[in-house]
Formats: sequence, C-alpha cells, structure tokens
Amino acid sequence: MEAEKINQLYFSDVNQPIRYDRRKFLKQLGKGIIVIFSLSELSLLQGWSQPTNARNEELDFNAYLRVKEDGRVDCYTGKIEMGQGIITSLAQALAEELEVSIEMVDMVMGDTKLCPYDAGTWGSLTTRFADPVIRAAAAEAREILIEIASEKLTEPIGNLEAVNGSVFVKGNASKKIDYAALTKGKKIVRSLTKKPELKKAKDFKIVGKSVISTDAMAKVTGRAKYSADIKLYGMVYASVVRPVIFGSKKIAVDASALNNFNGAQLIEDGDLVAVIHSESEVAAKAAQSIKITWEAPESKANTETIFKYLEDTITKSTVFEEGGDLVSGKQNSEKIVQADYHDGYKAHAAMETHCATCYFENDKLTIWASTQTPFGTQKELADTFKIPLENVHVKQIFLGGGFGGKIYNLQAVEAAKIAKISGKPVQLVWTRREEFMYDRFRPAALLKIRSGVDSFGKLNLWEFDIYCAGTRGTKLFYNAPNNRTRFFDKNDAHPVGTGAWRAPGNNTTTFARESHIDATAHASGQDPLEFRLNNLKDENMIATLKLAADTFGYNTPKKEGHGYGIALGEDAGTLVAIISEVRVDKSTGEVHPVKIVCAQDMGQVVNPHGATVQTEGGVTMGLGYALYEEIEFDGGMVKTRSFNNYKFTTFSKTPKIACVFIDKMNAAPQGGGEPAIICVGGSIANAVFDACGARVNRMPITPQRVLAAMPL
Amino acid sequence: MKQTIGFKLNGKKVTVAINGDESLLTVLREYLDNTGTKYSCGLGQCGACTVILNNQTAQSCITYLDTFENAEIITIEGLANNNKLHPIQEAFVAHDALQCGFCTPGMIMNSYGLLLKNPNPSREEIISEMEVNLCRCGSYNNIVDAIETASEKMFKKL
Repeated sequence: MEAEKINQLYFSDVNQPIRYDRRKFLKQLGKGIIVIFSLSELSLLQGWSQPTNARNEELDFNAYLRVKEDGRVDCYTGKIEMGQGIITSLAQALAEELEVSIEMVDMVMGDTKLCPYDAGTWGSLTTRFADPVIRAAAAEAREILIEIASEKLTEPIGNLEAVNGSVFVKGNASKKIDYAALTKGKKIVRSLTKKPELKKAKDFKIVGKSVISTDAMAKVTGRAKYSADIKLYGMVYASVVRPVIFGSKKIAVDASALNNFNGAQLIEDGDLVAVIHSESEVAAKAAQSIKITWEAPESKANTETIFKYLEDTITKSTVFEEGGDLVSGKQNSEKIVQADYHDGYKAHAAMETHCATCYFENDKLTIWASTQTPFGTQKELADTFKIPLENVHVKQIFLGGGFGGKIYNLQAVEAAKIAKISGKPVQLVWTRREEFMYDRFRPAALLKIRSGVDSFGKLNLWEFDIYCAGTRGTKLFYNAPNNRTRFFDKNDAHPVGTGAWRAPGNNTTTFARESHIDATAHASGQDPLEFRLNNLKDENMIATLKLAADTFGYNTPKKEGHGYGIALGEDAGTLVAIISEVRVDKSTGEVHPVKIVCAQDMGQVVNPHGATVQTEGGVTMGLGYALYEEIEFDGGMVKTRSFNNYKFTTFSKTPKIACVFIDKMNAAPQGGGEPAIICVGGSIANAVFDACGARVNRMPITPQRVLAAMPL
Repeated sequence: MKQTIGFKLNGKKVTVAINGDESLLTVLREYLDNTGTKYSCGLGQCGACTVILNNQTAQSCITYLDTFENAEIITIEGLANNNKLHPIQEAFVAHDALQCGFCTPGMIMNSYGLLLKNPNPSREEIISEMEVNLCRCGSYNNIVDAIETASEKMFKKL
C-alpha cells in the first residue's frame, strides 16, 4: 500500500467493512453454521450492532466464524499474529460466548484467499474492535445452535442452555446434543444484526483468565513457519545490489564479474538490480561483484543538525487543539518554563528481517511475505503487475516481529519482480544491513514547549509545537486553561525513509510533555506526583497514577544515586502511568534501570497474562529508545548498519517490571500492544533528573548527554 | 567444485554436498531444510542462529566447515524426544517466554548449552550467559524465569 495512505490509516484508527458478493462467498464456504460480522469502529460505537449499507445480493463484513460439522470452530480474520497474542485472546473471546473450550477454536488469519479483507494489523486496534464483535458473533452462533437443538430435542428454547460444546436441557444433564450433531448437514449463514445477550464478567469462564499463547508449542519446537522458512521446488535466492546512500539513482551497471559465478543470473528492472542463484551465499557473493555507479542525493542534515534542519524546513503548521488565551495565560503565570526536546531516528529492528518467498503461475502470484498488511500487500502487488486483485494470493504465516515496520513491504515487490522476470520461484531475505537502510525509521522529531504555573501552583499555560511526531495521544489531559497544540509535518523533509513505529509519535510527544511537566513541577517547587495529581482533569487518569504510585511505593526513601520518575500518557484508548527507578553513575553518566511499575486502565483485560506479556514487552523495548537506540547518518548515508552499533535492551539491561491493571471487567477492552511503551522515555528522563540533577532533553539519554547536562 | 562432508545432526549422520565456504546456518536451513534455526543478523551479534556443537553453543551464522565437519550438532528440531518436549521447551511454554517466537529457537539452544555446563546457574549467571541473545519483543524476564524453572526440574533429576 502507498506509504502516505498507510500513515493516514495508521494514525486515524479506521478499519471499515467491505462488501462481498453473497453468492460467490457462500459458494466457496463449506457446511456449518456461519456468522459474519464486521470489525470496525462503527460496530463498537453502535453497541455491537452491525449497520449494513449493502444491497441484498451483497454481504457487508470483514470477519466470520464457522461452527463446522465436527463441532470445531474456525474464526476467519484478516488480522495477523506477530507476537502480540491475538491468536490466543480472540479465540478466548470466541470460546467464552460460544461455550466451547479454547482448544476447539482454530484461528485462520491474514490469508487473502481464505480471510475477508482487513486493512492491516496496527494501532492496537484488534482487541478494541475485534474482541467485542467476535464475542457478539459467537453469542449469535450459540443462539442459532440452541434454536436447532430446540427442534431436535422438542424442548422450548427457554429450557435449554449451551455448556462446553453441547446444548443441554436445564436440570436434566442426560438430555443433550453436541454441536457436531447440531451442525451436521446444515449450512446456515447469518449476519450479526442485533446485539446478542452477552455474558457479564461475573459469569466469565475464559475471558479474564490467563491463557498461555496457543502458538507457544509451535514456536518452542522450531515448527512455526515464517516467510523465509518456505522452500519451493526450483526456487532461487535473490540478492539485491544496494547503494551506500539512501535515495540514490542508478547510472550504470558493470556486471562483467558475474561470469565468475557459475549459474548466477542478473536481474534488472529500473533501479532494482539483483542476482539470483540456486544457493543463497553464491547469490550474495555474486551480487557483491556487481559494480553500480549511483547518483546520490546531496546531504542536507546529519545526526546532529537534523533538528535545526527540520525546524527551518517545515514552516507550515496546523492547530490540533487550543483553548483560552495564550497571551493572558503568559501574563497570569508566576513561573514560565520553556524548553526544546529532541528525539533521533529509531529502527524497528525486528528479529526477522523483511523477507518474501513467491512464485508466478502465468499471471497469478502466490507470496509469503513478512507483512502486517497482507491485503495492502496484495493491492500493491496487483497494481505493480497490473493484474486483478484476486490473482495475488498473500499467504500469511507467523511474523517475526513487526512494530509498524512491516506495514511497508518493499521486499515483497522486489521478490515478485524478480520472480516475474526470471520465471522462477524466488526467495528474498533482506540482510540486517539492508534492514537498517530500507526500514522506515521512526522519524526524528523536535518539540517546543512553553508552560506556565499560576500563583496557586496550577498549570495555567501550555504551548506545544510538535515537529514530525504527529498528534496521537497529545490531547491534553492536564488542566491548562490557556493552551495550544500545533503540529508541523512534512514527510519528504527526512533524508531517510520514515514510518510508523510502535505507538507512532506518541513515544516522542509523551517524552517531551512528561519531561516538561516534571520540569514545571520542580520550577514551581512541587513534587512531580503532587503536581500531576493537582493538575489532572480525568478521574481515570488520577486512579491510574495512584495505582502506579501505590504499587511502586513512591514514598519509599531512595538510595544514594537513585531517582524516581513518573510519566503519564494515553494511547489506543488505554491510560498509562509508569514510574521508573534508575541508578545513575555520576562519574560515567551511565543510567541503570532498577525497577519499573506500569499501571494501565485498559478496560476489560481479556487475557491478563497476555496483557502482562505485552506491557512488559513494551516497557522493555521502550528502554531501548529511551537509553540506547539512535540511527547515525549523514544525509542518506546511514552509518548504523548492524546490532554492533544499534544497541537496544538486552537481558542485563532489563530491570524488574511490575504491570498492574485497573479492574474493569465489564468495560470494553482497549489497546494493549502499544500503550505501555509511550511512557518509558519520559519516566526514565525524569528519574535521571531525580537521581543526579541532569535534565536530558534528547533521546536516547546516553552517558555523554547525562554528563553534559549534569549540574556543576 | 562441491565436496561431500558429514556431521551428526540431532543424533543422525548426515552427508551434504557443499562449496566449502558456507556457514553452518546456510547448510542447516538451505541444504538440510532445518529451518527452526533462524537468520537475523548474519554477524554473530544476536544469537538467533544458536545451535549446540560438540556440547557447546555456537552461532551457526559464523561457524564454518573447519568447525562443523564431523561435529555433533543439535538444533531446536532435535530437542523434543518423540514429541515429548524437553524441560527447557516445557518451561518456555509454561512461562510464555516468547512473543513473535523468532528469537526463541536461539534462546532455547543457548539455555541448553548453559545448563549443559552449569546445571544450576544463579539468576546472574543466566543473565550473563544469555546476554548475547537479543529479543526485540522484550520477553527477557520471562526467559530468565523459564531457564530457572528448567534448571530446577533438570537439576533435581540429576
């Protein structure tokens, strides 16, 4: 999918149903009881009903479940599993309402032939939007099964109940009929049109209980297949010849040395130059022998000058939120605090590099691509080759980490082009170096903030200018009567590719806001916790902060050289409060995380264990961007090319992490994959200040930056 | 010119025709279809390709013929015994010590190597030995817990 469009979707949280030809859809389905439904924002807002605009001959949905003739249940969704655990939590929600064990549920995910359209797996949307609707659809299926049982058992519906895969006559355990018998020979298709009777939290048997990932077994045995684990008959390996500088254009190719490699074949298509061979290492060596003359774009900024460059280059702004009057806000403030905050480019650095395995059969393409957007990839490939959408089959299997980086699928296009030209099945696996060049980095960003506090110690002024970090999560949850938030964006201002990175923009803006709130608290002589509690407007955020402070033991005396730091944020419907404890070595400037508590109000927690794993994972990953991760560059020359100089959190850098959730089992569930990570940077920066007095306004908070900011 | 070489893979003798300069990772994945072992960095900087070679851990992406010829190699595919999970695999499942699962085979193999030489490691020893293995999803704390559980289970048996 076009990057611009993806960003728009990613940042706006939209996922709409799609229309299907009714007859065509029904024809391809086997027997069973099928409930179709749509996973969209509307379905949630309108109380799980499924508004349909479709004509009679069309179906309007993007997911469905099927109770099969053997009593097992398939759930089809275009969402994908990349470690965030929805393969488990969605099955839990379904099993709960359908009254089957979770082992009876098979999730069929992200395959463009088998699953209905889905825009992509991002934005922590799945649990928020899919879970309630899947529950509703399962409840509907349960009602259908009870209706059939009522006929078969000649008992009124009111006398029947579904338990563990069978329908029973209440009070007579021997009179029952199981789902397989009820489904046998039937083909019933129903749209979810009304809000079915859903279970209350007190009756939950599976939702709210900790369930181990259903895919863990495949992953610990090495049986889980990823896109580069597919081997096709007659397959060749491709190796692409890359320029050293991002954005370079090809001028001339000298492939004369290719003769030294028996069986190597050159593939050229515009700026794409590749070598294929039946052995991957030969392909790689042969590709290195090719000399290309490139025309490189001129460098306009480097790691250090980028912030000034962005500020000078991007002059157009849009007001996102404003209230009161900035001039009087300034006049009525006793203390004014003003600061700039900086954040460098970060890589996604998923352990699995971008890869694709594919083959053409006439003008039909089948591809396994490590993608978060199987349907977006399908469209992009169909457009590339000018073939009908249904001629592209994106087969989705496990994904070795995404974090937003696999929304973009250049590798799939490259692999398919090479397969088309060579007429052979092709596998393309990006090297780690290619990954560091063609990853769409989290953008470098500049943030300018001016705050003011009145004589009562209340926040009175908040002026926030955001360059290149968007507005996700920046709606002001502090009371600041005079405020303005503006954003400055220009995608082509960056010398390298940029894109969505786990909770896009929100890591950066939360770091700046929470650092600045802390600085403002200190400037007005208040404790950062008290200052926040005095200035928050949302009761839920106050409760979340208090839960974090109590769990952490905020009033516990600190050891020498240790500091505590708070950060609050909102992402994907979830409220987050993190308190971090760090130890700072004042002689070296090194920051050692000691303990982190993350409290979240995420509504209903479907799988407490899964939610904890996600939260802890987010916090662990977040320590990387806060303390270590930075892409070094000069224009399009990316100097960070391996894990040797791109450092992120490791075993020894991971502190004790405690995750606690506000108890709201009857509420709608909110996002879980992204939110926790947004507060890590701010809480660490504030803890560093608390420990040694160094206010570091640029991430990552490296030892050099701590030393430079240390008070004399 | 191809040469035929041999080694022991998961208890079975294998022979394979190679050019001679391939990494063990390529031999395992590409020539022998053992795709459980993963490529991630290709430079020995992340541990995703870790296997056991003559009872010691080795990063297969930087292990070459002079080392692996005639060696005894164990990969993730060789840990379970007749579908019965190895105690380390069991512990990884029980602690859900994984997310995307891509680093998991390397993590498990490095744990295996660690417990071979030190069946009852302290938490600090586990962290120090596992430090080379990277997990971007951030499952480190659960992995350490899993290794502690596996060690307890295996150590008691010894």
